[in-house]
Amino acid sequence: MMRQQFSYSKKVLKHFKSPHNLGKIKDPDGVGEVGNLACGDVMKLYIKVVENKISDVKFETYGCAAAIATSSITTDLVKGKTIEEALAMTNKEVIDSLDGLPPIKIHCSLLSVDALNEAIYDYLKKREKPVPEYLEKRHMRTITLQKMEELEHKI
Amino acid sequence: MKKRKVYLDYAATTPVDYRVIKAMMPYFGEYIGNSMSLHAQGVKVSEAIEIARERIAKYIGANAEEIVFTGSATESNNLALKGVAEANPEKKKIIISAVEHDCVRNSAIWLRGRGYQVVMLPVDKDGLIDFEVLKKEIDKETLLVSIIHGNNEVGTIQDIAKIGNLCRSMGVYFHTDASQSMGKVAIDVEKMKIDLLTASSHKIYGPKGVAILYVRDGVRINPIIHGGGHEGGLRSGTVNVAAIVGMGKAIEVLEKVGKSENLRLIELRDRLIKGILKTIPDCWLNGPKDNRLSNNVNISFERVEGESILLQLDSRGVMCSTGSACSSNNLAPSHVLLAMGLNAPEAHGSLRFSLGRWTNEADINYVLKVLPEVVKKMRKISPFKPFDKTQGE
Repeated sequence: MMRQQFSYSKKVLKHFKSPHNLGKIKDPDGVGEVGNLACGDVMKLYIKVVENKISDVKFETYGCAAAIATSSITTDLVKGKTIEEALAMTNKEVIDSLDGLPPIKIHCSLLSVDALNEAIYDYLKKREKPVPEYLEKRHMRTITLQKMEELEHKI
Repeated sequence: MKKRKVYLDYAATTPVDYRVIKAMMPYFGEYIGNSMSLHAQGVKVSEAIEIARERIAKYIGANAEEIVFTGSATESNNLALKGVAEANPEKKKIIISAVEHDCVRNSAIWLRGRGYQVVMLPVDKDGLIDFEVLKKEIDKETLLVSIIHGNNEVGTIQDIAKIGNLCRSMGVYFHTDASQSMGKVAIDVEKMKIDLLTASSHKIYGPKGVAILYVRDGVRINPIIHGGGHEGGLRSGTVNVAAIVGMGKAIEVLEKVGKSENLRLIELRDRLIKGILKTIPDCWLNGPKDNRLSNNVNISFERVEGESILLQLDSRGVMCSTGSACSSNNLAPSHVLLAMGLNAPEAHGSLRFSLGRWTNEADINYVLKVLPEVVKKMRKISPFKPFDKTQGE
């Protein structure tokens, strides 16, 4: 029989209770917003970029404990990284850094990585810098998914 | 300082009453027989079971022979729907409401996969079915109507007597899931013209692992579990003696304290509802104001998600639930709230507090102290602010 894990790791609860890098950045260099209200998770990630490095990052999230904890740890992981390093980040890193997530909440970690990618995409577009092809594809996929979900929930 | 613990999840399950525990104890070590055995031990326990059966039957206006003990309300509801369907193959239409517990809903959906037509009656914003719609839906193909008595999520109490009368007059079976309402709303299966009724022990301060299905004498029903022919052949399997004795005792306690307990809970419930609506902006009560279970409070908070408030409250010692506890492994918003006309974000932001025997005024005051802080904190994290609350609608 499949074992069902509902409970969160201590680390998830720690980040959920006191999230790091909470809030907005004034004049951000890039903003990424993903998810939708119908699914119960929306993340907004702000980045400041200095000399190709993410010098500051903040977030606002509507959602469950996993959504808030993954947002928080993502900001921790990405701070100080170069744009290239940040783009190479996977949701597995996010999950591992939180000592795991219940299977049903894995999608939250994907969402936080998507939010980061969207923020970087926004930054590159604004600065008229070249956007790597895979990032362009990810961006298209993210917005298509969002539209599909909105249609599905008829909102 | 010892952290305050406030359990407000009595609708999920209740603690076992100390009087019930005391009554059960001899049936673990002293009276250990199998109720089917012919020796003295067997006789002793089967007597105890029949006393419990008698008491439970009397409590709902039934005869003892009409009570079947099962392992859970889920099992009772499965037996009611599938057992009646199995025994009456000539009719293929089943009517339920859109706000049933998953065990009725999914049993009906299972039957749909086996050729049954299943109608889910819509409900109004308070969660009440439309009597006229039900009347129109009942036709000569209709076998069974199953409508939940007291809703587990929003506490709405349906007019069971009216529905029962209609079903009886139109010659269709009527089943009601009274798991949440038992002990809170008076039930008389004769007066209310109920053919089948589910009630559970662990919602009325009895142990988990036992429930009943009332089957009116004359109702055609087949078992769904086969074996040694226990419970009049309707539910085989060694009888859970201690739990049944416990459920009987739980009913006995309800007979004594039920009435005054409900009056006390209604007062606390309304105090909690008023307090929340007064101190927290942008929230509302789901379900009716008055026609609701004495212990149910269900509130939607705009711009925050239910689970995040639940866990914040948990870390402050307050235990409650989002919608139905059983669906915590399910990401979809509550089908009950959606059926009542809420949109997905509104349903995601809902929280259920359910009060019970050991809830007191200090508990309610404590919740009213910590809840506003928690909602405020979570709204601060949320990307949605009051002015763009229409986003996503």
